[in-house]
Amino acid sequence: MQTKRTIFGNKGLPYLLLAPQLAITAVFFLWPAGQAVRQSFLREDAFGLSTTFVGLRNFRALLNNPEYLNALQVTVVFSIATVVLSLSLALILALAVDRMLKSAQAYTTLLIWPYAVAPAVAGILWWFIFNPAIGILPYVMEARFGYDWNHNLTGRDAMILVVVAAVWKQISYNFLFFLAGLQSIPTSLREAAAIDGAGPFKRFWTITLPLLSPTTFFLLVVNVVYTLFDTFAIIDATTGGGPAQATNILVYKVYDDGFVGLNLGSSAAQSVVLMIIVMVLTFVQFRYVERKVTY
Amino acid sequence: MVENQRWLDIFAHVILILGVATVAFPVYLALVASTHAPTAFMSGTIPLVPSTHAPASYGDVLAGGVAAQMSVPINLMLFNSMVMALLIATGKIAISIISAFAIVYFRFPFRVLAFWIIFITLMLPVEVRIVPTFAVIADLGMLNSYAGLTVPLMASATATFLFRQVFLTIPDELMEAARIDGAGPMKFFRDILLPLSQTNIAALFVILFIYGWNQYLWPLLVTTDSGYYTIVAGIKRMADVVDSEPLWNYIMAVTILAMLPPVAVVIFMQRLFVKGLVDSEK
Repeated sequence: MQTKRTIFGNKGLPYLLLAPQLAITAVFFLWPAGQAVRQSFLREDAFGLSTTFVGLRNFRALLNNPEYLNALQVTVVFSIATVVLSLSLALILALAVDRMLKSAQAYTTLLIWPYAVAPAVAGILWWFIFNPAIGILPYVMEARFGYDWNHNLTGRDAMILVVVAAVWKQISYNFLFFLAGLQSIPTSLREAAAIDGAGPFKRFWTITLPLLSPTTFFLLVVNVVYTLFDTFAIIDATTGGGPAQATNILVYKVYDDGFVGLNLGSSAAQSVVLMIIVMVLTFVQFRYVERKVTY
Repeated sequence: MVENQRWLDIFAHVILILGVATVAFPVYLALVASTHAPTAFMSGTIPLVPSTHAPASYGDVLAGGVAAQMSVPINLMLFNSMVMALLIATGKIAISIISAFAIVYFRFPFRVLAFWIIFITLMLPVEVRIVPTFAVIADLGMLNSYAGLTVPLMASATATFLFRQVFLTIPDELMEAARIDGAGPMKFFRDILLPLSQTNIAALFVILFIYGWNQYLWPLLVTTDSGYYTIVAGIKRMADVVDSEPLWNYIMAVTILAMLPPVAVVIFMQRLFVKGLVDSEK
């Protein structure tokens, strides 16, 4: 690992400097994570008096649990919908701003502020708009299309609600990175293509999009992590995983089973599964994102 | 711009205006709702134009005692959120910058191990270790305290890596010169490294302030005493009413207040914000 050509010779000082970071990591990260792994192999009796080692039974139970499989499916649908929508909308906006000369700065400011809105607050905002009794969108849907919106009863409506809130919150982030990516593409490439007679759409497909692929790939990983973990607050503030588990994503289920259902063994096994998912994603991010995606 | 195509420019403007309007739409409605009296929400749809009830809505929520589920004054929640955001941002930066200093400017046994231990925190977001982390906090007696709200969130691999990158770009000659002049490590850190990393610290502070302010799950778990409620976690408690309609004008007033500080930071410190965001993702 890289260091400086010359270094300070102190023996104890570096440990002292690292102590706070390592202490917090050990107490609040490593120890709880270890506990989760340990718990996942144990089963606690109903009164919490004794525990028995059950090997992989908690994991096997998960894979046979229809509710867990449902949560898995819900997570996949939610992630794909959110990632695809937020990435494509952000790309369209970034392409439009990239054309602007004078107004680019103003548009950027007006588009990036939702980054600062907490996911829970974003959830509450859309929950208000979609409120079946007084919300404006259900009113329009009823009047125009005769659709009876109710996210408290219809699973699909609830899913749409959380996807909309999650996308709304994430567009600003993706937009900023897409815009930075677009601005780093040399104009000469696009000019050369234009001289060769390629129109704006042809140039987008053959030059801009391929050159953006490192940015896109990076955003893909970051967005998947966002939909898996940071959206907890959106779900909790709006649907609470319902109706009938329709929006119960994996990370919400861990919380629900652990704190509400007090099923510690199963909750711990779910935690371990999530840890493995994050590890894979982190690995992918560090292994491949730095290197250019081939084009 | 490559060529002058009028229709494409107009099209781009239309898209952007639509985008800006869509992004602003929910906040506009919340703002409007907070200016109405509670009676405006009894029937029909939510109001689309502002009314004159705003001073009453905001005054009531700030002072507290509107209804049972809103008895905690928002003043107090805003204060708690501010304390939490500032402590988390300051703590993360302080802890990370000295770790990065140790890793870059010293060579000692277990240096690589320490680096990897810090790296691992990236893979363990709060959400995947909720139950055991909560148990640790409870055992340490840190529930309902500012320490419980902030200390467990202070470890940061991202910030450590960022400062490591910054330090690696600082020329070796500076340190050699400092050593020849007889400066010890801490003097070098204080008088040379800190001033050189000023912009990075400021940019990171903006990002971490937003991160701290917007924490949700953690304060929800750690605080049961209303004296420590933070505003983002508090909204949920207000919106949760079982037997009556939510008091929309008050909830929306709180929502606006909850997003005001971080949004103001993004708008007024946009350059630092963008730098912080891009830096911390490398």
